[in-house]
Amino acid sequence: MDEGGAHPAAEDDDGEGSGMNVFVEALAWLFSPERLEGSYSLPVLLGQHLLFTIVSVLIAAVIALPAGWLIGHTGRGREVAVAISGAARAIPSFGLMVLLVLLLGVLRIPEAAIITFVLLAIPSLLAGAYTGLEAIDRRVLDAARAMGMTEWQVFTRVELPLGLPLLVGGLRSALLQVIATVTIAAYVNLGGLGWPIIQGIPLRRFDQVLGGAILVAALALIVDLLLAAAQHAAVPAGLRAPRTRRRRATAPAPASA
Amino acid sequence: MNWVVDNLDLILDLTLRHLRQSVIPIVLGFVISLPLGWVAWRFRLVRGPIIAVTGLLYTIPSLALLILVPSAFGYSARIEGNLVAALTIYAVAILVRAVSDGLDSVDEDVRQAATAMGYAPLRRFFAVELPLAGPVILAGLRVTAVSTISLATVGILIGVRNLGYLFTDGLQRRIIAEVLAGVVAVVVIALIVDLLLLLAGRALMPWTRAARTPQPRTTTARAAA
Repeated sequence: MDEGGAHPAAEDDDGEGSGMNVFVEALAWLFSPERLEGSYSLPVLLGQHLLFTIVSVLIAAVIALPAGWLIGHTGRGREVAVAISGAARAIPSFGLMVLLVLLLGVLRIPEAAIITFVLLAIPSLLAGAYTGLEAIDRRVLDAARAMGMTEWQVFTRVELPLGLPLLVGGLRSALLQVIATVTIAAYVNLGGLGWPIIQGIPLRRFDQVLGGAILVAALALIVDLLLAAAQHAAVPAGLRAPRTRRRRATAPAPASA
Repeated sequence: MNWVVDNLDLILDLTLRHLRQSVIPIVLGFVISLPLGWVAWRFRLVRGPIIAVTGLLYTIPSLALLILVPSAFGYSARIEGNLVAALTIYAVAILVRAVSDGLDSVDEDVRQAATAMGYAPLRRFFAVELPLAGPVILAGLRVTAVSTISLATVGILIGVRNLGYLFTDGLQRRIIAEVLAGVVAVVVIALIVDLLLLLAGRALMPWTRAARTPQPRTTTARAAA
């Protein structure tokens, strides 16, 4: 892959326009019939982007959710999970991906990329799973046990539904992080919607670069909105009304404490 | 490891650039977020829009933001200022929330006591509310610092040189040590800055020191109740 622009000399030379013009050109590029042809057509790139995102988040969920629920249910191992999530944030995902590509070999680029995405998605999903269970009022769980529920019933009938909104919140940030990193993965020839951007920069095809950027941003915003809606829908019906009332009740409450 | 020894000068140069490119957004983000977070906290009506707009900006993937912002304002994407601007936007998105949540966490009774003692709003903010909101804001600042330092590496994809250069150069020349050195350098810088923030927080907010260790469990329980 040819890489221009890594050297300082390449600054302030490009014919990047400004204002609305560049956006008009980008939209013209986006809606040109050519974008539907060939092996780098936009539908193909979008499909790759979604496929890598969904597969990686699913694998991460299989690993992170049981672990997170176990932490939330037992209340043990929380410090370890917090430490792992904190340390993971410091690791540059682009660097990790390049490192894995070199370690596994260029023939295993998809595997290297998916491992990166999975590692990236785990902390958010883990946090979503255990904070969801932790935020539940202890008295609710005591009441459930007092009613004779087994631990499994407490988990499936009380903790799981009550923890669902925060879990969907974790899923939301995991998806967005992976979508952003799949974009960067075009640099190691993975395809996806980052490809027009990464390929266009050294060629100075700014309509293509901006068109790709618009698509990636639109994809992220749509996924974010869908998951925000899912997060609202995930709140059990019985909890919706008291939530708002409780908020107001907190102000005068300390007076009695 | 030979590669690292032979290229210490390069690594040092890139590290300094990297620090400059990430510390400026962290500081700028903090300075912008203090008043903005206060406005979001004080005026309930604009809180929703402020949090929503910064949240939407935070949603946009970094590579796209690094192209979209300069295109909209008409400057080159390849300049260092572009990376700094994009990272500042992300920092503000995290910190506005943290400042607003932090001010929320200040006990209303304390606020009223300060007012009753004659604190004018501005003095009350700096002498009472900000210090008490400190732990929550500091937590947000630490998250911001670590993610900014790690995210800055993406700058190399638009031609801004920093530690990310070790990733692209290492991939092209197939030098595993170079890429590994880059990853390690980024993580080490992030952890050092995080530690410095933690120590600064302890120095500035000595009252949090004693309570810290046994607290986490009870705070979450209280938040839930």
